[in-house]
Amino acid sequence: MSFDSKIPTGEMNEKWNDYKGHVKLVNPANKRKLEIIVVGTGLAGASAAASLGEMGYKVKAFCFQDSPRRAHSIAAQGGINAAKNYQNDGDSVFRLFYDTVKGGDYRAREANVHRLAEVSSSIIDQCVAQGVPFAREYGGLLSNRSFGGTQVQRTFYAAGQTGQQLLLGAYSALERQVALGNVTMYARHEMQDVVLIDEKARGIIARNLVTGELEKHFGHAVLLCSGGYGNVFYLSTNAMGSNVTAAWKAHKKGAFFGNPCFTQIHPTCIPVSGEYQSKLTLMSESLRNDGRIWVPKKKDDNRKAIDIQEEERDYYLERRYPAFGNLVPRDVASRAAKERCDEGYGVGTTKLAVYLDFKDAFVRYGKIEQGKQGNTTGTLEEAIKLGKAVVEEKYGNLFEMYGKITGENPYEMPMRIYPAVHYTMGGLWVNYELQTTVKGLYALGEANFSDHGANRLGASALMQGLADGYFVIPYTLGNYLADDIGTANIPTSHPAFEATEKAVSNRIDTLMNIKGTKTVESFHKRLGKIMWEKCGMARNAKGLQEAITEIQELKREFWSDVKISGEIKAMNPELDKAGRVADFIELGELMCKDALERNESCGGHFREESQTDDGEAKRDDVNFSYVSAWEFRGESNWQLNKEPLNFEIVKPSQRSYK
Amino acid sequence: MEHYNMNLTLKVWRQKNHHSAGTLESYQVKDISSEMSFLEMFDVLNEQLITDGKDPIAFDHDCREGICGSCSMYIDGRAHGPWTKNTVCQLHMRAFKNGDTIVVEPWRSKAFPVIKDLMVNRSAFDRIIQAGGYISVNTGNAVDANSLPIDKKDADNAFMAAACIGCGACVAACINSSAMLFVSAKVAQLSLLPQGQPERESRVLNMVAQMDKESFGNCSNTYACEAECPKGISVSNIARLNKEYLTAGLSTEQ
Repeated sequence: MSFDSKIPTGEMNEKWNDYKGHVKLVNPANKRKLEIIVVGTGLAGASAAASLGEMGYKVKAFCFQDSPRRAHSIAAQGGINAAKNYQNDGDSVFRLFYDTVKGGDYRAREANVHRLAEVSSSIIDQCVAQGVPFAREYGGLLSNRSFGGTQVQRTFYAAGQTGQQLLLGAYSALERQVALGNVTMYARHEMQDVVLIDEKARGIIARNLVTGELEKHFGHAVLLCSGGYGNVFYLSTNAMGSNVTAAWKAHKKGAFFGNPCFTQIHPTCIPVSGEYQSKLTLMSESLRNDGRIWVPKKKDDNRKAIDIQEEERDYYLERRYPAFGNLVPRDVASRAAKERCDEGYGVGTTKLAVYLDFKDAFVRYGKIEQGKQGNTTGTLEEAIKLGKAVVEEKYGNLFEMYGKITGENPYEMPMRIYPAVHYTMGGLWVNYELQTTVKGLYALGEANFSDHGANRLGASALMQGLADGYFVIPYTLGNYLADDIGTANIPTSHPAFEATEKAVSNRIDTLMNIKGTKTVESFHKRLGKIMWEKCGMARNAKGLQEAITEIQELKREFWSDVKISGEIKAMNPELDKAGRVADFIELGELMCKDALERNESCGGHFREESQTDDGEAKRDDVNFSYVSAWEFRGESNWQLNKEPLNFEIVKPSQRSYK
Repeated sequence: MEHYNMNLTLKVWRQKNHHSAGTLESYQVKDISSEMSFLEMFDVLNEQLITDGKDPIAFDHDCREGICGSCSMYIDGRAHGPWTKNTVCQLHMRAFKNGDTIVVEPWRSKAFPVIKDLMVNRSAFDRIIQAGGYISVNTGNAVDANSLPIDKKDADNAFMAAACIGCGACVAACINSSAMLFVSAKVAQLSLLPQGQPERESRVLNMVAQMDKESFGNCSNTYACEAECPKGISVSNIARLNKEYLTAGLSTEQ
């Protein structure tokens, strides 16, 4: 077990170069003998598996979906950041680094963030070379747009489908390696546990989701690229299958869990419409480039949006944060929406929504179009029509999606939006090399905690996933494996594999034999409700203590009264879900514990006890400038380890977007 | 939008596994809100089945926002149901009215064998991509992204072809179970871009060969694929595929 961040010494902007220059290498003949397991095939997993395959390692990649192309990175909409400065607006590696550390409310590790900013440019180059069709200008060069928390245009995008195009790029690279025989793909497989031999990760137990059989797989190293755990809240923008199981099993085998309570609540999602709701849908942050957010100035105003005159509207983000306006970071925008709704200014039938209005954008773009046409006599109506066409080209798929889900036409009336769980900054604690506290066990992408501190800026998740997979792990993994070239493949008949498989199989038997009365779904919903109400956008000590007790009770009830249909040795989606929900329940408890321990507000973590006079989050750097790294000690028992955050470059200050 | 509740009869394809025979079974669901998505209606039905001690219906789904391409139901004789340019997960119950009977089947194609109930095996698509649906560039070999300007028209067309989500509705909708729309979308995307030129000929030949090997049928230009494609992928891509295939066939020495 090693709890050392392993940050290289030297100047910040030389650390990564120095590291690469001195890192141990594995020669090509030895790479062929080394096997790597990659769990998850989103941006981090697919890019890692493809790159490692290209380098000559033997890779086995696992995903629970029917194809690696369906991992949830595909749903990312808005874009990917890179410090290219193509817009000549003063961007640089330093600015991207600085914005990310500040956006994360000074709870990220500087060295990791700096490396992320350094490799960001290469990601765009790599993706374009793969044929990713980013948006372009008429001159044929790449287009950029703005995202929250920054004052430059550094976001590359492909309409509202950036994640899809980036993932298909990584997927095609992965499939190429499959064709070349360097990667073996195991789709419809779910990791159930990690196998340790002599305190090193040496493989996994996976369940074949079609046959229900358990399989043992050896690897010299195991990479967890299994995404975030937003589904602990039941309702989130995550895919239905997104889960914490791989990371949680690793945690229970010794990997520390970093900052579990840091959750991102995204400000612009389609509001909940009823009890039956199974998931929430994001409306990309890119919409805040052109949409203006407002609520009526009058409480409980039940008029239609279009009947509320300009002077009766409160554009509260522009009012509170004139410097950044509608483009404040996500945590700030979400809390501001909650504040207005809590005060009684919310709109729609549930009153838990605010308006995102494109009226002014239609006019602005329309007038530009009229200008281009040399049309000086055009009417406002004509301008609006032209402007709608421009907005449609930029965000058409999002408007269409909104229309399908709500049955309303967003070109005619403003969108109704409300914050929803979207991303988790917390995750498995990793050192500079992305290795967890278990040797040979790595975590990449959203599954680790490292780069986003207490709040992630928009368009940075795609950047981090691909940075970890394409440009970080190919170097850092070699540093570990160079000492492992003498280790022959360990047969899966090894007692450690047998014992782990037996434990997995026993747990499945236990679950199936409960034969209780309540469905898995009903437990998941109840967990989500506890988490949302007591560990959501605002948290306080009393609520968190209650939540911990309630979750412990829920856990007991789950393990004595859950009802799972179907068979063990067959396809059984209910059983898959039961295993995931059981892990979410345990994670939920740790999240509340972490939120309770961190008696300060920072980023997405808002403790009501710690706020400024005007209701902004108040950090406490004296007492909480550290990463919480929780060590599993047994049921409902964790020990807190602290990694102090030493800021060499950026001086933490009260974040201001005013 | 007026909300309403409805009672429905569902006839759903049930099949234990690939080896067993399947059949349509009837179910009643009550008080379904017009605001629910079609899959949420299935969630309600499955909860009911589990509570009654019966096996819930297996179906593929994941993102539920129309982009992952997992969901794949043939509803009342149409891939992804009655709305155009739509996936099942984005279909909402306001498309139906009280008392309706809805028939739900899996994708029907020899190349997509049923795994269970409404779930099929679409790995043939992955193998077609493996045959050439990529640009061979190893990590770290790329030049600066703006060193190669691309005509916006070509970039936009490549993007429109790349919007394919690989759901397989084109195959399911086709009377011949042809995969031409899927294959053509990838071929078109990459042949439109300068980066795709070096492998342009081998790509189209290899992908088509793999498509044939996977026992997809031939294209007879009925355009059913385009009509049912949730992302509106155009059949003009098929024309481009044919051109690419012929050119490659003529110029490549076998």
